[in-house]
Amino acid sequence: MRYLEAGKRHTVRFTLNGRAVEGDAEPRLLLSDFLRQTLGAFGTHVGCEHGSCGACTIQMDGKAVRSCLLYAVQVEGKALTTVENLATPDGLNELQAAMQKHHGLQCGFCTPGILMSLTQLREEEPNADEARIRDVLSGHICRCTGYDGIVKAALDVFGDVFGKN
Amino acid sequence: MTVQGASRKKLSVSAWTRETSIDVTEGPKCWKHRFGPSLLGLHVAYWAKHENRFPSVNNSTEISQNGKWVGQSMPRVEDPTLLRGLGRFADDLPTPANACHAAFLRSPIAHGEISTIDTAAAAAMPGVVAVITGADLLQYSAPFITGVKVDAPQYALAIDRVRYVGEPVAMVLARDRYLAEDALDAIVVDYQALPPVVDPVAAVDAPALHPGTDGNVLHDRYFRYGDPEDAFATAAHVVEGTYSYPRNSCTPMECFCVIADYDPGADAFEVMANFQGPYTLHTIMARSLKVPGNRMRLKTPPFSGGSYGVKQAVFPYVVALGVAARIAGRPVKWLEDRLEHLAAATSATNRVTTLRAALDVDGRVLALDYDQLEDCGAFLRAPEPATIYRMHGNMTGAYAIENLAIHNRVVVTNKTPTGLMRGFGGPQIYFPLERLMDKAAARLGLDPLELRRRNLVPTAAMPYRTAPGALLDSGDYAGSIDRAVRDGGLAELIARRDSARAAGRMYGIGMAVVVEPSISNMGYITTLLSPEQRERSGPKNGALATATVAFDPSGAISVAVSSVPQGQGHRTVLAQVVADVFACDPGEVAVATEHDTAKDPWTIASGNYASRFAGAVAGATHTAALQLRDRLSLIAAADLNIPPEDVAYGNGRIFARGNPDNSLPLGRSAAKAHWSPLSIPDAAGAGLRETAFWNMPELAEPDEGDRINSSGAYGFIFDYCGVEVDPETYAVRIDRYVTMHDAGRLLNPMLADGQIRGGFAQGMGAALLEELCYAPDGSFQAGTLADYLAPTAMEIPELTILHDQSPSPFTPLGAKGLGEGNCMSTPVCIANAVADAVGEDLTTLPLTRSNLAEILLGEEAPESASASPSTPAPTPTLVDGHALHGSGGTLVPAAPVEVWELLLDDTKLAAVIPGCHALTMTGENAYRADVTLGVGPVKGRFVATVALQDLDAPRSLRLVGGAAGPLGTSRGEGWLTLTETEGGTQIDYTYTVQISGKVAAVGGRMMDGAARALINQFFKRLVSQVDGREVEPAQGLLARLLSWLGIGP
Repeated sequence: MRYLEAGKRHTVRFTLNGRAVEGDAEPRLLLSDFLRQTLGAFGTHVGCEHGSCGACTIQMDGKAVRSCLLYAVQVEGKALTTVENLATPDGLNELQAAMQKHHGLQCGFCTPGILMSLTQLREEEPNADEARIRDVLSGHICRCTGYDGIVKAALDVFGDVFGKN
Repeated sequence: MTVQGASRKKLSVSAWTRETSIDVTEGPKCWKHRFGPSLLGLHVAYWAKHENRFPSVNNSTEISQNGKWVGQSMPRVEDPTLLRGLGRFADDLPTPANACHAAFLRSPIAHGEISTIDTAAAAAMPGVVAVITGADLLQYSAPFITGVKVDAPQYALAIDRVRYVGEPVAMVLARDRYLAEDALDAIVVDYQALPPVVDPVAAVDAPALHPGTDGNVLHDRYFRYGDPEDAFATAAHVVEGTYSYPRNSCTPMECFCVIADYDPGADAFEVMANFQGPYTLHTIMARSLKVPGNRMRLKTPPFSGGSYGVKQAVFPYVVALGVAARIAGRPVKWLEDRLEHLAAATSATNRVTTLRAALDVDGRVLALDYDQLEDCGAFLRAPEPATIYRMHGNMTGAYAIENLAIHNRVVVTNKTPTGLMRGFGGPQIYFPLERLMDKAAARLGLDPLELRRRNLVPTAAMPYRTAPGALLDSGDYAGSIDRAVRDGGLAELIARRDSARAAGRMYGIGMAVVVEPSISNMGYITTLLSPEQRERSGPKNGALATATVAFDPSGAISVAVSSVPQGQGHRTVLAQVVADVFACDPGEVAVATEHDTAKDPWTIASGNYASRFAGAVAGATHTAALQLRDRLSLIAAADLNIPPEDVAYGNGRIFARGNPDNSLPLGRSAAKAHWSPLSIPDAAGAGLRETAFWNMPELAEPDEGDRINSSGAYGFIFDYCGVEVDPETYAVRIDRYVTMHDAGRLLNPMLADGQIRGGFAQGMGAALLEELCYAPDGSFQAGTLADYLAPTAMEIPELTILHDQSPSPFTPLGAKGLGEGNCMSTPVCIANAVADAVGEDLTTLPLTRSNLAEILLGEEAPESASASPSTPAPTPTLVDGHALHGSGGTLVPAAPVEVWELLLDDTKLAAVIPGCHALTMTGENAYRADVTLGVGPVKGRFVATVALQDLDAPRSLRLVGGAAGPLGTSRGEGWLTLTETEGGTQIDYTYTVQISGKVAAVGGRMMDGAARALINQFFKRLVSQVDGREVEPAQGLLARLLSWLGIGP
């Protein structure tokens, strides 16, 4: 384990959406701040910095994590994925397109975190039902939509729209 | 999920982008088609009656009336950007390289004089550029203008006195946000605490918060319409209830953000803020910065992360940052954090209302009498006291009630200043009104729905002038209720209630009938003035909306508006509106909503509030587009060699009516205005850019009788729901919720439903979960989103949305606002259902499990302070606030005398208190301890002072003391008793500690557990000490809480 000195900047190297990135961070610098301010990856949003709202959710080595509850220096050598990774060159991915179709977003501030959690769920439980989807979404706060469009979008993609799972 | 009515019809993305043809001769049949079969009849007839009232330059408006886009659930143009994470929000915008970052030091106490502020240590810290206090700010800033002229000045920073927890006291500017926040801890403020007043009723007679005012009631007016006294004197029934609406907030997920710069050469400010309007506040900001409006340039970002009214309250920080930039000589940025937002941004007003209703024998309401006590927090900050006046014209709700008395009082208390909040003023009146309608129904033995039906404004009376002056523009209230009862399945819901009750379950049905105002009259706030005062100050009225539509040199269409959307999808709807005018594809219309006061048209009414978009802004855009089209038609007529009246639009082309082959691409003639201005007809004018200002003649100032049409359009809502209350946990489960809306013409039904669902979620939160809690000492207790509980996907029930569409005769497109309605109707609808389920008259919100348990079981008896059976200790005297209480005991293997000596020996005691940096005696049996403490997500250093009193060696002693630091303050006391037992000494203790500041705001949930853990640790160490064993080294942050709690020293 590296010895890190408070108040001193340390180089952090990891992959972000498949690309190798690096930057300098003091040990106390939050990962969310590092992504946004050091790397300019503004897609990840910060809603509370308490771990309560879920807006800053990203994937780290294939697991959904709150980037406001991690320090930048903790992701040395890891593989991070953020909302910017979801769309394909051809356009929105299936989940994103479903979110548009079902009006699953309004201000769009909480949306990146929600997309990342649903992406994680889909990777792990492609047949998750509505109860499970709502359970996962309860880790996110959306103040605009009342969640209805988000749940419908997820059900579209998870293939449970007719309750077949 | 069930969605019924017009919103059913959804088009896929591919469908709407492909379909571009339009039949310009299409008549009202198309209109009927869009409204859906359930709306045939009355509404279409109504529309037909009013269809000639559109503003028009010539008679070519038929195309837009019958256009294909408005009224469709078109997917949003905003989404592809947002879904990629590419939306540019305020904190994503570039910051100048020389910018510094601000952090605010905030008051940890609710009320106190600021004796001294020592900023020297903070100013010397690494990266700090400047430390700014109220005294510094005073040189460059004037107080905020207020609607009520009282001597209670407010500035962007506290001057001399703090009046609420979280009030900004000083500002640090530093190289980055982390360093700025570090330096906050080094500012030393000496407060002389004053008695706080938190409850509005108590505030009426409490000492004045503001030395310049006579008491805390800063506004007091009576209003009288018709003859309410006579109605009450002759009524068959009088019912009365007192209701209190709590403090809550819609808490947007994006917090406030401001970047300010000052140019001393021009003496001008340039500010970017995620401000949402109303732009009346621009005047206040400029005045406070001591510049004319044209030297306070305010820009808003392309995207804003929600607001629901809340971001109005960024304005004091615009002033603070402006002054900071001026002092620092460089740009300054500030990003609010969540604790700051919850504690100190703004909130809905809490209000105590006593409402009386006079009814005749048949249940007709003859008169209402409101006595409203409004709590605006520490200052009447603009736009307050608007909350209490926004509904003034529709205080009779959806009912035809001719006699009305209103007594409005506005008090200040030691809480955060209130401001705009979705539903603004609505839940505060509908909670009492619709609770009282249920009470009246019970009194008269009538069905609650029947009582409401008997009092509705009759359809034939529309447009209907209410007693206090609102002009209810359109609607078929009784018909909408009938349709909702039928289509939402009320009969089935009643059957469910019957069977649930037969099985012994607590099931109830509630309903609410609400008029939802939109497009606020800029003069409604002047209703608070007397007619004489209004006469002197001149009339305030109207609600101007503005929009600009232009063709660029490539012939493409651009739209710019000052509606400052915060997520509603204005760009989508305006693309639909303009596409209909030019019969083109919405994808060809680019809409910009970021706003710049220096370059874009705007008025004081601009901004995103009062549900003004659909009625006013979309209407102004429509008007501007029509004006532009009329000019384009002149150019095209010349090109096509036809008379202007024969110009028609369709398929993205301009063509000759009757000869479609004679046509041009839409952009061809438009581009000509740029490239060949000498070659177009003179009558077409130069440049193809039209800015329309749309006015509403119905929005006159209050008349001499204080009658005010406070809003331009009034929608109708009828909600009902079934709920079940868990008999053990008192959790409320919403079984079914039906909401019927008539918001006039729906411009985009999918977005309309989205607004309804969002408003419902917030209304449901207000009913069951959300409260910005304050302790009696003014401590703020809901500083995280784990304390302030917004609904999650688990709590939101199935929602059945129904629509009627009675077009407003007063808005250009027949649309009314609708996003706020469920914040008005849902809280009381749920409360009525819960009251029906539990059989109690519920008079306050939110109906959390604990609040409901308290109502149904009575208040929980306070924990016994004398827990020790062997030596009953005196009850602590400090019980005047919400506090931690605890008691317990432990056995120490030493004689009482040994333990006693240890407790009074400062050198030994320091070792027992875990993690104490230093303990010094400051007098006989008085200590000062320097400790570091952290609870939850915050930590900081504290200075604790503790005195030992009532010493009865070696039997008992009392500890009294407190602690203060950047995290907050505490005071407390405890009793220790020592009893000799077989194995040594039994130590029993009780304590009471009051906490305020950050720790109270964020740590409430953890505090009891933390206290217990620390006490255990203290005694463990005490045992070790008397055993002579080595005490383990000082431990972490929680350990240090002990001394702070006043138990240790």
